[in-house]
Amino acid sequence: MSIDLPGQYSLTAPKPAAHGRHDHAEADAATVFGFWIYIMTDCILFATLFATFAVLRDNAAGGPTGKDVFELPYVLKETICLLISSVTYGFAMLALYRNAPKQVLAWLAATFLFGLAFVGMEVYEFHRLVMEGFGPDRSAFLSSFFTLVGTHGLHVACGLIWMAVMIYQVARLGLGGSATRRLSCLSLFWHFLDIVWICVFTIVYLIGSV
Amino acid sequence: MLGNLSLSVIPFDQPIIIGAVAFMILGGLAVVGGLTYFAKWKWLWTEYLTSVDHKKIGVMYIVIALVMLLRGFVDAVMMRTQLALSYGPDHGYLPAHHYDQVFSAHGVIMIFFVAMPFVIGLMNIVVPLQIGARDVAFPFLNSISLWLTTAAVVLVNLSLFIGEFAMTGWTAYPPLSELPYSPGVGVDYYIWALQIGGVGSLLTGVNFFVTIIKMRAPGMKLMNMPIFCWTALCANMLILGAFPILTVTLALLGLDRYVGMHFFTNDQGGEPMLYVNLFWAWGHPEVYILILPAFGVFSEVAATFSGKRLFGYVSMVWATLAITVLSFIVWLHHFFTMGAGADVNTFFGIATMIIAVPTGVKIFNWLFTMYRGRVRFATPMLWTIGFIVTFTIGGMSGVLMAMPGADFLLHNSLFLIAHFHNVIIGGVLFGAFAGFAYWFPKATGFTLDERIGKAAFWCWLIGFYVAFMPLYVLGFMGMTRRLDHYDNPAWRPWLAVAALGVAIVALGIFFQILQIVVSVRNRAKNRDATGDPWNGRSLEWATASPPPFYNFAEVPVVTGRDAFTTIKEQGGPARPAQFEDIHMPRNTAAGVFVGGFSLILGFALIWHIWWMAVAGALGVFATLLVRASNDDVDYYVPRAEVARIERSHS
Repeated sequence: MSIDLPGQYSLTAPKPAAHGRHDHAEADAATVFGFWIYIMTDCILFATLFATFAVLRDNAAGGPTGKDVFELPYVLKETICLLISSVTYGFAMLALYRNAPKQVLAWLAATFLFGLAFVGMEVYEFHRLVMEGFGPDRSAFLSSFFTLVGTHGLHVACGLIWMAVMIYQVARLGLGGSATRRLSCLSLFWHFLDIVWICVFTIVYLIGSV
Repeated sequence: MLGNLSLSVIPFDQPIIIGAVAFMILGGLAVVGGLTYFAKWKWLWTEYLTSVDHKKIGVMYIVIALVMLLRGFVDAVMMRTQLALSYGPDHGYLPAHHYDQVFSAHGVIMIFFVAMPFVIGLMNIVVPLQIGARDVAFPFLNSISLWLTTAAVVLVNLSLFIGEFAMTGWTAYPPLSELPYSPGVGVDYYIWALQIGGVGSLLTGVNFFVTIIKMRAPGMKLMNMPIFCWTALCANMLILGAFPILTVTLALLGLDRYVGMHFFTNDQGGEPMLYVNLFWAWGHPEVYILILPAFGVFSEVAATFSGKRLFGYVSMVWATLAITVLSFIVWLHHFFTMGAGADVNTFFGIATMIIAVPTGVKIFNWLFTMYRGRVRFATPMLWTIGFIVTFTIGGMSGVLMAMPGADFLLHNSLFLIAHFHNVIIGGVLFGAFAGFAYWFPKATGFTLDERIGKAAFWCWLIGFYVAFMPLYVLGFMGMTRRLDHYDNPAWRPWLAVAALGVAIVALGIFFQILQIVVSVRNRAKNRDATGDPWNGRSLEWATASPPPFYNFAEVPVVTGRDAFTTIKEQGGPARPAQFEDIHMPRNTAAGVFVGGFSLILGFALIWHIWWMAVAGALGVFATLLVRASNDDVDYYVPRAEVARIERSHS
């Protein structure tokens, strides 16, 4: 079903093959470049959240501090899940360049599972804290912790939804058309989230546990 | 079922609001009636609403800006008349809490829904043409940006009668904007309108940055671009850097209000001063986002109407880049009095004074462009000269307040109000009006009535000075901002003069509306047949007026600055021997749907109608998913068709 309305000109105008390939390559490069620029703005979004966390990290209002609630071994397992998911996505991209759709699907599925494990573990951690009365409404420190870590988790969740759509697209339509461009953008997104998590892990959990 | 929404939230007992709403409904009915009577619905849908053409999208942005200018101006009239009346025992005609909404809405509307759309609209129409491109990098994203802005505009207008607007001022500082002190929906309207509009602006930033970097015509190196494109590039870089900060700031305030978090609350460790810092870290770059494209307009207009090339192109570029970078390190000058201490205040005071220097470079460049030129005093040039005088005064009052010692007396006084209106009206608005007059023939195909345009200019110029110079005096006399009533008799005459000023501006606005009506009526007589009514210097004037939807049948090859002047000096554009098929994007309704679902999402969040919010969010997602699965989003215009269109223009 298409909700696009016809333009002013013939729907049957032929797309000359030579033009098509050249135009598409350039357009794809511009799209990936544009997505990279968006990633930079997302970087500033996280930077603002980190700045907020830095300002509010000591405002525990008599409630628990990071040292009281962070469980490093658990967070380490989470981190490994996410790092592995980055590796598996890398393999998915290599399979894409080799034009091997079945392997792309397999590696995407693996990435999805590790990413889902990460999000699941994070939701569990949040749930446990809330149940103990240490939710984001307890203090400014907890508000900024939940928001910074939660925003990252929300980005990962959106990445998983996108990944599911891509798995569907590659399974149905193969690797032609827009798949390469979209998987490249998702690659940028996924690795970016991994880098942000390194910063979160270090600044929030490691430094916060000292 | 409907959250906090009920019929009782409509203020039937407040005649001023009901009157305003009735007026707006009548206006809406007139538009709907006109479209029906002239059978233009299909035309509107296929030619404009679903268009991904940057020229059409730009026009729609400017329509939004002009309509919202009227609403923001009515707010201004209400404030000036209230203050002219409310002395001593008389408390005027506006209840205090209504007055608070008026000045808050005035600021939000003028910044977010007049200045931003106007500037973005001009960039939309002009930048792709000036760089010799056929459209922006991401036409569909452009449509999304427009419709997200529209959704935000609708939300702000709904707040007039469904509930209330924020009473916090346009900056919405906590703790006043937190739930205990703003328990109503006003601040929620503020948050969601700005969040939705902010996403639209951010996507525009991505779009134009990639467009300017990647899609310039062959030979158009960055240092060969028109200055308007340089200022557009820098303004979009500022959008990219600043808007994510606003997104976070509004989100944190929203989390405080919706989920009971403690970012900016008075208790449990919240820090209201953090909001002020985050808000202005966005807020200061924002005003440069507004002014840089206006500077670009003046560069184009000054050169064209002096009949000579812009003076000091290279220094203009460096000045623009310097302003861009410096705009990120001055934000604290908005709150010298908040208590950061002398050392911190000194840094920001000095940085603020430094940022005036590249601006001064630009002013001198415009003056030297005019010097020894053959200056034609057409309307765009009048706005430019008016700007040079007015903005300089406003800039000087800004540098005065850049000194923390002075600012401790003048912060939040009417001196501040006079300063920023001086630079925003004299700078951004005059620039927008200059650009509007300058590029109107290009966008529509006919010129504006010059005589009425000049009358409008003089009313605005005189009206501005009569309305705002008294405010400088009042600031020195100790009057603070956001007052709805006062007891000091010495202030009365100045406020009366200011009210007179706003009446003169109102006359100017009347002339502007008249100009549009008369010009549309006379359009056949004033058709721009050549595409170059002003003897322009840049590539947009190399196309017909209005340009064909694909802009250029043959992508121009550029060899230096002022590309069109070079083409004209070489005897005019060469007729292409061979046309080629042109790749174009299809129109799409997806942008309209995304805007519509975002409106539902925003409205539902404001009124706590959670099922509706989920539906709105899912609607946005579903629309994007449908769009993503659609392969038929572009087409090729056959070369024969291109040839036919080109022939019909010559």
